[in-house]
Parts: sequence; structure tokens; C-alpha cells
Amino acid sequence: MRFQFVLGEVFSGLRRNTTMVVAVVLVTFVSLTFVGAAALLQAQISKLKDDWYDLVEVSVFLCPEGSVAPTCAGGEATDAQVDAVRQIIDTELTDEVSKVYFESKEQAFEAFSERYPDGYQGTQLTADDMQASLRLKLSDAEQFAVVSDVLSGRDGVEIVEDQRAVFEPLFRTLNVATLLAAGLAGVMLLAAVLLITTTIRLSAVSRRKETEIMRLVGASNLFIQLPFLLEGALAAVLGSLLAGGGLWLAVRFMVSDWLERSVDWVAYVSEVDVLRVAPLLVIMAVALAALSSFFTLNRYTRI
Amino acid sequence: MIRFENVSKVYARGARPALDQVSVDVERGEFVFLVGASGSGKSTFLSLVLREQRPTRGHVYVAGRDVANLSAWRVPTLRRQLGVVFQDFRLLQNKTVHENVAFALQVIGKPRHAIRDTVPEVLDMVGLAGKGKRMPTELSGGEQQRAAIARAIVNRPQILLADEPTGNLDPTTSLGIMRLLDRINRTGTTVVMATHDDEIVNEMRRRVVELSDGVVVRDEARGGYGEREAILPDVGASPVLDSPGSGTRAPVQTVRGV
Repeated sequence: MRFQFVLGEVFSGLRRNTTMVVAVVLVTFVSLTFVGAAALLQAQISKLKDDWYDLVEVSVFLCPEGSVAPTCAGGEATDAQVDAVRQIIDTELTDEVSKVYFESKEQAFEAFSERYPDGYQGTQLTADDMQASLRLKLSDAEQFAVVSDVLSGRDGVEIVEDQRAVFEPLFRTLNVATLLAAGLAGVMLLAAVLLITTTIRLSAVSRRKETEIMRLVGASNLFIQLPFLLEGALAAVLGSLLAGGGLWLAVRFMVSDWLERSVDWVAYVSEVDVLRVAPLLVIMAVALAALSSFFTLNRYTRI
Repeated sequence: MIRFENVSKVYARGARPALDQVSVDVERGEFVFLVGASGSGKSTFLSLVLREQRPTRGHVYVAGRDVANLSAWRVPTLRRQLGVVFQDFRLLQNKTVHENVAFALQVIGKPRHAIRDTVPEVLDMVGLAGKGKRMPTELSGGEQQRAAIARAIVNRPQILLADEPTGNLDPTTSLGIMRLLDRINRTGTTVVMATHDDEIVNEMRRRVVELSDGVVVRDEARGGYGEREAILPDVGASPVLDSPGSGTRAPVQTVRGV
């Protein structure tokens, strides 16, 4: 097979069809940028989770005096009840919980005073206003539901709280943004497939005479179709490279140069993450082109 | 070389078959004229040989292969042993004569040096020596057909199919084309030519297969074109032409200025 000849056909096809090829490049560019943005958002979320989930614990708040929870009918949690709960954690939750410590009311008050040395909003609190709790460090933060199921409803336990819940609104927002980007990407990808299909069809029609002669003199199917395949693939890959480049610039200038300086206590996605996503975009572009070609070519360049 | 065994081809269900139980055997090196009115099945015959279509019933053997049962990916191999020439030449207008002929070799992956050697040879043989750099539009009809023939035989096919190759050409030019086809035939290439040109058929005195409504009605070793209906019906002498002035006079028309 003469590679040079095929390449020549590809470039003459691209030249003849410039406007359509540009359209394909732009549409794949935009659609894959959305795909990449969705991927980077997810990368950002997992980065934040890695960072923050290590800092948070599950708090098992023990019954204070005067609680109305049904498990607190016996008044303030007794030492026996606390021991029973610890026993359960040690036996039933050995896999999920990696560390347990008890925070007494006094310790809670100390921590509170440290954070609010002048009292909280003008009130004067004492250690008795605090609530004792068991602090659990989970080996896997995702296991909260299991822990909560086991411990809730035990005598002396008022409520089991996951400090992760604090981050939920933020993560939910990011997830919604991901969905939005992915949805837009889906629509744009559909447009890209249709456009590539049309481009290949136009190219095939404009070269009908050539393909007719090629068929008659016994050129193989692959040889006839390869230029069209490569044309579509080349345009799509070019679009994906632009998308990768665009994302890289966005992360470089908007995240690394600006966000990281203004809000510096958060771990952000970096150019490395873009480099990790970019190959996937190229693969997607090739898949897109292959899919479109598959639908078109057998109809227009049949032997 | 080409054998049709009880071949029928029906395009649309229920329609009259384009070919009906056709059995023809073309030997290696033969020159065969395929004649018959439009719609008699000549083109279907050729497209079955090329495997552009498959027969509805029967078997078609070309160069020892059962064409009807040939898998799609082996069709190119078959077509490399066939050359085809058409009435409308089908040259690529944006390529020179040389490029047109070279194209047929390029697309089947022939190495460049082989192309460089073969193409001028073939152009020489068809009588286009020195015209390789011309564009098709700069050639006469006969020269264009020669270029098309060059493209068809450049890969040295065993069989040359010609679908009314002289249909667009004047009688003198046609004669040249026929001499060329005859010369190609003498080098051992089997030639099958569909044609309407009775003069050529009568003059060449080669084998003639006549199709009519999809049936072989005649297969003669050294035949002529066959009977043709007179162009005008024979109604006897016209009285008007025989004795002008003796019939009723046409009314005299006068034109006045306005």
C-alpha cells in the first residue's frame, strides 16, 4: 500500500472541503472542551475529598441532660452506656473505624474556648453546657452509613453526625456543574458525529468518479475508504488537541495563576491533571470519527 | 475464460428478467461482440462479469472463479484481472493522461518505479506517445478513448470488457479504436465488446452473441450484426414526390406589411 498516495488523497480532500473540515474541528473542539471540563471538575472533587475527608471525623454525641431523644430517656449518658458503645465499636466496627477517642464535656469546653475566647455571641457558657462525644476516625470515609446504622438508637447515644455533611453543598454544586458540562458535551458530541458524517459524505460524493474508477480497477476496500477515514479522524483529532490546549490554558491562567493565589488553602487541579485528561479526549475524537465513518462509508463507497 | 451457466438476473421481483437462462462460454483469447437492442441485457451481462451485481440464479465463472459466490473482500482481486472501457471514457478531468493511467496502478499499490516504466509503454501502444502531459479536455474523443483503453490494459488484464466503446465516436475514429482493440486481442487478451455499431460488427467478422429481451437468440462464430428494421416503413412510392404539381395545390400564402 502506498502511504504517500493515500496521504496525498487525504490532503486534497481536506483542501476541497475546507469549510466543512473547519466546522468539524470547531465542533469537536467545543464538545471535547466540555467533556474535559467535566472530567477536571470530577478530578477537583476527588482532590478536595482526599484533602478534607482526612481532617474530619464522625461524632457520636452522647446524651446530655434533658435531651428529648428516645434513647436518652435515662438522662445523661452513664459510664456503663459509654463503655457499651465502645464495646460495640471494638467488636462490630473493627473494619470501618480506625481510631476512637472520647471527648469529655471539659475537653469540649476547652476546644470551644480556644475557638471562641470571648464567648459565643455574647453568651457565657460553662463546661456543663457542652456535650460529651465519641470521636471516630473512619478507615474509609464512605463507610459512614454503616457506622451510623450500627450506633444510632443505642442507649446513651443521642445522634451520630458525619462532619463530611458540611462539605456536601459544595460537592453537590460541583457535581451539578459536572452534569451540566457533561450534558452540553453530549449534545455537542451528537452534533459532531452528524457533522463528521456529512463531511465524509460530501467528500465521498465530490470524489465519486475517483472511487468509481478505483473500484473498477480493483483497489481494495481499505484503500478506497482510508482517505475518507483519515480525513474525518484528522479533523476530529485536531479538534481534540485544541480542546486539550484550551483546558491547559484555562487551568494555567485561571486556576494556577489566579485562584491558587487568591484562595490558597484549597488543593486545585493542575496542568498535570489536564495532561492526564487530554489523551482521553484524543481517544474520544478518534472514536467519534470511527463511529461516523462506520455509518457513512459503507453506504457511499461500496464495492 | 468467461462462462455463464443458465444465468438469470431479475432486478425487481415480478419484473421481466434482464437475463433469462443465459448460457455463454467465451474461450481465452476470443473476441466476442455482444449485440442487441437497448434493454436486451448487454449491460447486465457485463456487470455480472465485473461482479457489480450477482446473478439471481445460475453461475458465472470468470478466469476460473465462481463470481457469484465470491466474497466481497476478494472482488478487488477479480477486478485486477479485468479491464473496462466505457462509451463516455470516464477519465478523471483533473488529472493528465499520464496521471489517469498511473492512477489505475497507484490505487492497487504498484511501486512507483514500475508505474514510471509501464505507463509510457502503454501510452505508446495505444498511440498516445508524447501526449501524456495533456489534460483529457485537450484531446479528441478518439484520443480520450485511447487513454481510457490504456488505463484499462495497463495492469495487463486477461479480459477486456468494452461497453459501446465507439458509441461516441465518428466512423473513422471508431475504426482506429477497433484496430487497437484487435491488436490488444492478438496479444492474448480476451475481449468482450457490447456494441450497436453494425458496420464494425459486419466488417470484423468475429463471434457475435445476440441478446434479445434477456435471451441469447444467436451465437455465431463469424457473424454479422444481423437484420435491422428499415428506418422508414416501406409504403411504396409517394405520389407527391413522383409527380409534383399533379395533386391539389397548396394555398398560396401572402404576407403583408403591417
